[in-house]
Amino acid sequence: MTQGTSTGEAESINATLLPEVPRAVGTLTDEIAFPERAHYARFVAAYRQAGFETCSDLCAVDYLSHPGRVLPEGVAAERFEVVVNLLSLSAKRRARIRVQVPAADPVVDSIFDVYPGTEAMEREAFDLFGIRFAGHPDLTRILMPEDWEGHPLRKDYGVGRVPVQFKEAPGPR
Amino acid sequence: MTDTMPDGTRRVARWSPTETSEGAQELETRDETTPEALGREVGAVLRMPEGHVLDAGQIDVERRDDETMIINMGPQHPSTHGVLRLMLELDGEVVLRTKPVVGYLHTGMEKTGEELTYVQGATNVTRMDYLSPLHNELVFSLATEALLGVELPARATWIRMLMTELNRISSHLMWMATNGMDLGSTSMMIYGFREREMVLTFFEKTTGLRMNHNYIRPGGVAADLPDGWEDDVNVICDTVMERTYEYDELLTGQPIFRARTEAVGNLTAEEALALSATGPLLRSTGVPWDLRRAMPYLAYDEVEFDVIVGTYGDNFDRYSIRLNEIRESIRIVRQLVERMPPGDYRVQDRKVTPPPRGRIDESMEALIHHFKVFTEGFRVPEGEVYVAIESPRGELGCYMVSDGTSKPYRLHIRGPSFVNLQSLPLLLRGGVMADAVAVISSVDPVMGEVDR
Repeated sequence: MTQGTSTGEAESINATLLPEVPRAVGTLTDEIAFPERAHYARFVAAYRQAGFETCSDLCAVDYLSHPGRVLPEGVAAERFEVVVNLLSLSAKRRARIRVQVPAADPVVDSIFDVYPGTEAMEREAFDLFGIRFAGHPDLTRILMPEDWEGHPLRKDYGVGRVPVQFKEAPGPR
Repeated sequence: MTDTMPDGTRRVARWSPTETSEGAQELETRDETTPEALGREVGAVLRMPEGHVLDAGQIDVERRDDETMIINMGPQHPSTHGVLRLMLELDGEVVLRTKPVVGYLHTGMEKTGEELTYVQGATNVTRMDYLSPLHNELVFSLATEALLGVELPARATWIRMLMTELNRISSHLMWMATNGMDLGSTSMMIYGFREREMVLTFFEKTTGLRMNHNYIRPGGVAADLPDGWEDDVNVICDTVMERTYEYDELLTGQPIFRARTEAVGNLTAEEALALSATGPLLRSTGVPWDLRRAMPYLAYDEVEFDVIVGTYGDNFDRYSIRLNEIRESIRIVRQLVERMPPGDYRVQDRKVTPPPRGRIDESMEALIHHFKVFTEGFRVPEGEVYVAIESPRGELGCYMVSDGTSKPYRLHIRGPSFVNLQSLPLLLRGGVMADAVAVISSVDPVMGEVDR
């Protein structure tokens, strides 16, 4: 359930909070927010002010072949989504921020200035999805070799296969 | 950052989506970079935005190349615990800048995970952090179960706790061994491996394998504990507990060991939180943050244990935390042995669990059902979830997106080693080269998990 009290400041900047949260098993997220891309960095900074001391995780999702996800009213679905999981140690709460990133212009603001710990995570999201983080101090590939072409975790990036040679099979395709 | 400019023209994307020339991953020499770029880059490799914690005056961009030297450590350096490569800029013996270069073990396991069903998925994630494979399986299974909405029987939960706590013991023993080796105490290397082997032998008896178990699966565990497991576990507890006091005698009071660990690689709580560090690295700075206590999962709210914290955030604190966490894990395991509930070791939900072996011989439907579960897998309702547990190295998270099919649409593992590695440039800054080995060791990175 959304308990927006600790993030009153965050709510003031045009965010949509998802009223329903998945079933609780163990450590689950207390709230999920969908800021607009233009407000994303300021929105995250407001969460930092509201007492979310650390950023647990930042990753991206490519929704290219997804049949359709549930998004709250007013949030236009785009191909990419950057997902940020914030953690408040003092309040023992987690918050998830999902920002939509269009495929035509895959750029979002970096939140490195708010949470320096996202440095490697943003590089990873850039490396594997090709999403640019404006203002990141050192946006280079991190896991793939620096001369690699393409971004492997995109859904239109093929999975390499080695054909299995069975006896009397037609041979490698 | 809109697509349409104020005067109505469309903004042309600065980068085409396929462009891949981002530049080198390596540390650049000083004369190749402008002072501004260097200042920004120093800020980046220190993993601190300028003025955040680090004083801007500390960034020394005036130095010339002939005063400093960039040396390359790894990826084949034995003390880097795998294939970690560090580029170090040195002034004499003092480390100025450090840049970890990772990716040498990247095998695209998150991409592989999208091609495997939820039944097969545990075999994939277990290979990430190969020193605590059961924690990886656990976080994957918890995420799948959260999306499925199944309730586990008590015995399955308690077996999971038992196995992951034993895994924490074996992982910390391995760390004690390699840390001793890095600091020149080769006897500790032998002792750590010796005790770890006892735990792995028990794992082999229970799961069939010493590592990469595929034991914790969505819906429970693969098999019940073997007959007489209490005796095996009690022997492990008694022996390892006794041996931790021998390690105390060997290392804790030893002047050489203390000189090499105390006040080396200092970290403050603010820096650790800013860098998203978790696990022993965060607890060494005095922040009592352990997910088992703070956000209990499984049944950790029903067992007694202490969260070990340090004071100074140096190598010695991280050593003491891990040594004492072995003792706390033994304390938990002893409670688990005493209070292990009877019952099923996996959920009796036809959707998730294959029928028992005996039924397959009697019933055609059971055979079909068994076949379906292992070929097609089971469908998981659409949704997304982030689940985090406390692995021996810190917060191990799993962000999973399901599109309603039998394979995860997106599987992201938040590896604690990957995130903790960002603290290295800060920990090494201003220290001497010889301490670099001790500091890398105290962060305890497992490269399988860093590169995934």
